[in-house]
Amino acid sequence: MSTVYSPSLPEDVAETPVSQPTSLRALLRTYPRVAVASGLLILLVLVSVLAPWIALHDPTATDASNALLGPSAAHPLGTDELGRDLFARVIWGSRVSLPIAFVAVAVGLTVGGAIGLTAGYRGGLWDLLLMRVIDAILAFPALILAIAIVAVLGPGLRNAMIAIGIVQLPVYARLMRAQVLSLKGLDFVAAARALGASPMRLIARHILPNLLNPLIVQISLSAAAAMLAEATLSFLGLGAQPPTPDWGFMMNTGAQFLNNDPWLALGPGLAISIAVFAFNWLGDALRDALDPRLRG
Amino acid sequence: MLQYLVRRLALMVPVAFLVSVAVFSLIHLTPVDPAELILGEERSPEAVIALRHELGLDRPLPDQYVTWISHALRGDLGRSIRTNQPVTKAILERLPATLELGTAALAWSVLLAIPLGTIAALRRGSPIDVLATGFTIAGVSVPNFFIGILLILVLSVDLRLFPPGGYTPLTESIPDNLHRLVLPAITLGTVTTAINTRFTRSSMLEVLRQDYIRTARAKGASWRQVIVGHALKNALIPVVTVVGIQVGAILEGALVTETIFSWPGVGKLAIDSIFGRDYPIIQGIVLMIAFSFMLANLAVDLAYAWLDPRISYA
Repeated sequence: MSTVYSPSLPEDVAETPVSQPTSLRALLRTYPRVAVASGLLILLVLVSVLAPWIALHDPTATDASNALLGPSAAHPLGTDELGRDLFARVIWGSRVSLPIAFVAVAVGLTVGGAIGLTAGYRGGLWDLLLMRVIDAILAFPALILAIAIVAVLGPGLRNAMIAIGIVQLPVYARLMRAQVLSLKGLDFVAAARALGASPMRLIARHILPNLLNPLIVQISLSAAAAMLAEATLSFLGLGAQPPTPDWGFMMNTGAQFLNNDPWLALGPGLAISIAVFAFNWLGDALRDALDPRLRG
Repeated sequence: MLQYLVRRLALMVPVAFLVSVAVFSLIHLTPVDPAELILGEERSPEAVIALRHELGLDRPLPDQYVTWISHALRGDLGRSIRTNQPVTKAILERLPATLELGTAALAWSVLLAIPLGTIAALRRGSPIDVLATGFTIAGVSVPNFFIGILLILVLSVDLRLFPPGGYTPLTESIPDNLHRLVLPAITLGTVTTAINTRFTRSSMLEVLRQDYIRTARAKGASWRQVIVGHALKNALIPVVTVVGIQVGAILEGALVTETIFSWPGVGKLAIDSIFGRDYPIIQGIVLMIAFSFMLANLAVDLAYAWLDPRISYA
């Protein structure tokens, strides 16, 4: 055990800075991890935006005579069982996964956020009823609930998006409620109220701006969770349907050709992993930067 | 503690009610009438009406709910549309395989995560800490179906060390059962290992800055005594709660892992039932999972209150 001895450790921990960066430039300079993770994410968005120019082939154009080709200069990741260029499908796949993550997060944020704000701000019966609904959603493991919703609504991207949005509600509702409860008792909110500020003004001008830091972190982490959930639903055949170039569904198909054509599963698998990693990494880095008390 | 338990159980009642209503509603929100589904393509309108009456689907929804929940409380969740087997029996038949896989996944996850998280915390900033921290983010970022596929590719297809799927019951052959268990258990346990490592590390860092650690050290205790006897014991309290909550993650992961490895558990039954539109089975599984998850959360809360006397639940 002496090998793990680190006498200076408690002092190191105690010296953790607790100040927050005041500008974006300071944030990126003080926390290079935020800059690198943001860079990776911007790259992903660029790939998605520039997909028609980066991918040289049509992602849905089949060519039976060129099925299951190995990687080559013409087809950097080879072709799938229908002769479609896998590189083009992986690149275009970002146009499916990224928007789904954003829409699902937007649904969770707006609906869940509104529930949390109402419950926290109004309290009483509103709080009791709304939070029991949230507790009921939380009683299901997220993916199980998403799968159950898709099982009812039927497989498809739109339904997957709705399902993922619904399972995102509780995290925003709870986050918003907790923050509002702690903020509304503070002096500056009481002072604004005493000066005659309306509830809407109090929320918009005084409470919401103070919620931004934890919210930004949560959005990044939820986007990762949403992408992962969408990929999983599609892998199970419950999300995107053919011929949509979806990473999860591509892996589903690729898994059937593992013996001879492993790149069919590896390409999209790497793409999902990198995209989810980028969001998780950014969320993690932002948490360190914006709330040093939570630094692990 | 008793008071806390009573309060916690009282809070569970409305949530359990809402959960049961949600699960009951599943079958009524489906685009296809269950009676039409059972009778198949060659159905007559009369037969559909007769079956709807027999199943009670023509009664008001509150009536149907009361009948359904009273049956469910007695363990009767209806019959499978595809096989006509009782839902409870179908689930119970598959449960041992899922429990075995889940237990194995959680076990290796805890056994790896606690030492890894502890060493990472003790050597903060060292290469092993950087590696462990990287793993904690990568582990929750790589989809478990990709991990499963990579394992099959390398350890089954290339090295031929493990079978790529299938299941042998423990009662038939223990060595073969364990041999087939390795890859699915690693696949299922990777996410929880990453989460547990992270929690152990941050919890350990938190504990190490406490005054009682400094005091123990000042009194002449060796670092081994301080770490094993004081820090680790306290650092593991939040980890215990996280491991409890991971019952949910394990159940989620089982759906995917069992599908990849053709593991005949509840997860695979759920996916097969979705494609077979076997709504009573789906309903039964979702209800079972939701209640298991709620009970696991309750157990976690109680364990937390019991393990950490500083926490007041008055």
